[in-house]
Amino acid sequence: MATTIQPPKLDERRPATSGNGGGGRSTPPADGRLPAVKDFAPPPASTGIWVLLFSITMTFLAFTSALIVRQGSAVDWQHLTLPPVLYLNTLVLIVSSVTLELARREVGAFMGPMAKSMVHPGRWLYATLALGLLFVGGQYVAWLQLRSQGLYLATNPNSSFFYLLTAVHAIHVLGGLGGLVRVIFKLNHSALKKSTLVATSRYWHFMGVLWIYLLLVLSAKI
Amino acid sequence: MHDMSAHAQVAHHVPPASFIRKHIFSLDHKVIGKQYYGLALVAVVVGMVLSWLMRIHLGWTNYAIPGLHLLSANGAPGNVMTPEYYLQLMTMHATIMVFFVLTTAPFAAFGNYFLPIQAGAEDMPFPHFNMMSFWVTFVAFLFLVSSFFVSDGPTLGGWTQYAPLNAVGPVGGPGEGTGVVLWAISIGLFCVGQLLGSLNFITTTLDMRTRGMSLWRLPLSAWSWFITSCMGLTAFAVLMPACILLILDHVAGTSFFVPSNLVINDQLQPHSGGSTLLWQHLFWFFGHPEVYIAIVPGMGIVSHVLITNMRKPMLSHRVLIYSMGALAVLSYLVYGHHMFVSGMNPVSSLAFSFPTLVITIPSSIVVLIWLGSLYGAKLRINTASLFALGFISMFISGGVSGFFLAQPSVDIMLHATYFVVGHFHMVMGVAAMFGIFAGTYFWFPKMYGRMMNETLGKAHFWLSFVGTYAIFMPFHYLGLAGNVRRYQAFVDDYMKPFIPVHQFITIAALFTGAVQLIFLYNLIYSRFWGEPATDNPWEATSLEWSTPTTPPPHNNFGDKLPVVYHDPYQYGVEGSAGDYVMQTSPEKVNGPDEA
Repeated sequence: MATTIQPPKLDERRPATSGNGGGGRSTPPADGRLPAVKDFAPPPASTGIWVLLFSITMTFLAFTSALIVRQGSAVDWQHLTLPPVLYLNTLVLIVSSVTLELARREVGAFMGPMAKSMVHPGRWLYATLALGLLFVGGQYVAWLQLRSQGLYLATNPNSSFFYLLTAVHAIHVLGGLGGLVRVIFKLNHSALKKSTLVATSRYWHFMGVLWIYLLLVLSAKI
Repeated sequence: MHDMSAHAQVAHHVPPASFIRKHIFSLDHKVIGKQYYGLALVAVVVGMVLSWLMRIHLGWTNYAIPGLHLLSANGAPGNVMTPEYYLQLMTMHATIMVFFVLTTAPFAAFGNYFLPIQAGAEDMPFPHFNMMSFWVTFVAFLFLVSSFFVSDGPTLGGWTQYAPLNAVGPVGGPGEGTGVVLWAISIGLFCVGQLLGSLNFITTTLDMRTRGMSLWRLPLSAWSWFITSCMGLTAFAVLMPACILLILDHVAGTSFFVPSNLVINDQLQPHSGGSTLLWQHLFWFFGHPEVYIAIVPGMGIVSHVLITNMRKPMLSHRVLIYSMGALAVLSYLVYGHHMFVSGMNPVSSLAFSFPTLVITIPSSIVVLIWLGSLYGAKLRINTASLFALGFISMFISGGVSGFFLAQPSVDIMLHATYFVVGHFHMVMGVAAMFGIFAGTYFWFPKMYGRMMNETLGKAHFWLSFVGTYAIFMPFHYLGLAGNVRRYQAFVDDYMKPFIPVHQFITIAALFTGAVQLIFLYNLIYSRFWGEPATDNPWEATSLEWSTPTTPPPHNNFGDKLPVVYHDPYQYGVEGSAGDYVMQTSPEKVNGPDEA
């Protein structure tokens, strides 16, 4: 009769509350019953958000490479003066990252043992939401300012890239606002997962970094 | 705040009760996999019929194909195809086959169905994204096919849609107006669908594996889907912006791809300063990895099928995985070899030629591992293993011609000829199709609980095998003789002797296409009336054969997730009750457990 071997050992290196790290394996107990599953693998949202951000990075790198090729290969490139409101928008987006980070910390404490003595942390999430909407509105104002100068989408390649990159970025910001609304909804119904909040905040911070990068690309003179 | 494991965080969706939730807008990865397969099946029928029409036209140029005018009154007056309509059909054939067949069936269809099961998971981690992935792809297909019904028909620019003709509008020819826009919307949407799919595939592989399932213990098919999803994540994320730029050139008057002072049909184009090469760079940065997106899943499927039927593992599990990974990485460094004749700097050609030759090394290693593993094996001959052997045959035959094309000096002569057509159809098209067939015959019992008919399957294989060689080998000879591709007729004196060869190819294509009706009949008949399958009819070892029922239940493994003890291919085990040990068996085995 064939001898048997012991089930694979649990990965003791990861604590039960681990939320980070990649390549981990989930570890159901020896009898494999789902309800008693312990956490030795990162929640999918933790990995998934990095995959998503990589994909968005590749998309904007493709746009950037197109901009560099287009700028370097033609004589019709005209540098445009960026609308001043963009700098205010940048500030708004940076502040929104700060408010979201404050929200993330407060939510953690709010869901812990000190919950009853704390103010509901939703205020910072609402503030982030408002600042995000203000940013998108500000981008629209920038487009209006550009239009008032007679610069439209097809006027010259630089204006084309300006409208294109700001629009695609704004669509991604709107996606982040959707994520924030989902976080607020889950928080109000006490169903918020830590990984959801962490993933949403990573996405939001990435939107800020991406915008600063785009601002530099659009204002650079190669 | 909840903080649970990867498995616990996945939405444990209860089995749906309504027809719509169960069969249409389903969140179940298995249903979504079947939906992708169904879409690929419809697409391949459309694509094959288009190829028949083109082949008939090439063999007998003035032949009136009955009913063709119903497809396009302008494109086929009197049922005879116009030159432009030939190019339009060629474009649609290629686009449908590359995107909606060769990408969807081996990767999205089989991967969706079997990756979570082979990893030991209940489902994909983001089932709503998974459902969106399919339906966005479906809408993309509708956009593409709808271009048949606009006034001037689909685009004629080829599946590569080269600038500047793809960006100037109707002045570029029939289908260069609305047809191109529909093409670009379709492909842009397709990219979104595949990105959502890749997100799920990668996260499933990294986070959803069950206890004991290390990465190395994943079957080779699961590895191939994981590697392909990594490629897709990068490639489709670049093609999508290219499609956006193309649409803007069309509808908004921008000049990303159209150069200054371009005159077409005596009309000066209202664009300035665009770069035609920019489109080619963006397209081929996606386009060459796409070749491997089509073929790498086939490599994994074929390896999985062969091992099961050889009753022994490959010479090296890990080297095969490393080689597939190397193909994925190198595929991004070689894309410029599609642009040797584009006017690119000759130094760049050399730079792209070197990695193109290097990429033959992992390809050769994969082939040598297959052949070395087959040496001395007592292969069980069934339809799945035959198609796996056919895959290897096609991959070698088509791959050898790649050595010639990798060298710029040779490629300059052969690039615009049928040599290239023969090369990519064999190494990418037919090989991938054989991989799809191998997977279908192998996994059908698990997907539907019934066996496919083996006699019909073997007849399908042998007739398809002979038929495809009869079609695609002569392409190589025609190319070497200087037969230019993309021509709709061969009226020059030096090309007239080629016409009988084209007529032979057309007859072979009609014959081989008709043979696929055997497969279609077998598929439909077996689905409803095939012999009932046992849970593990091939005596295989990986997790898809450990499900409590066949087909698997809604959550794949019932109320218990499997625990994995071995690498995926414990065959020929001495002292075991059978000659194999399942991954879930705690039975101790003697000998190496490579994983």
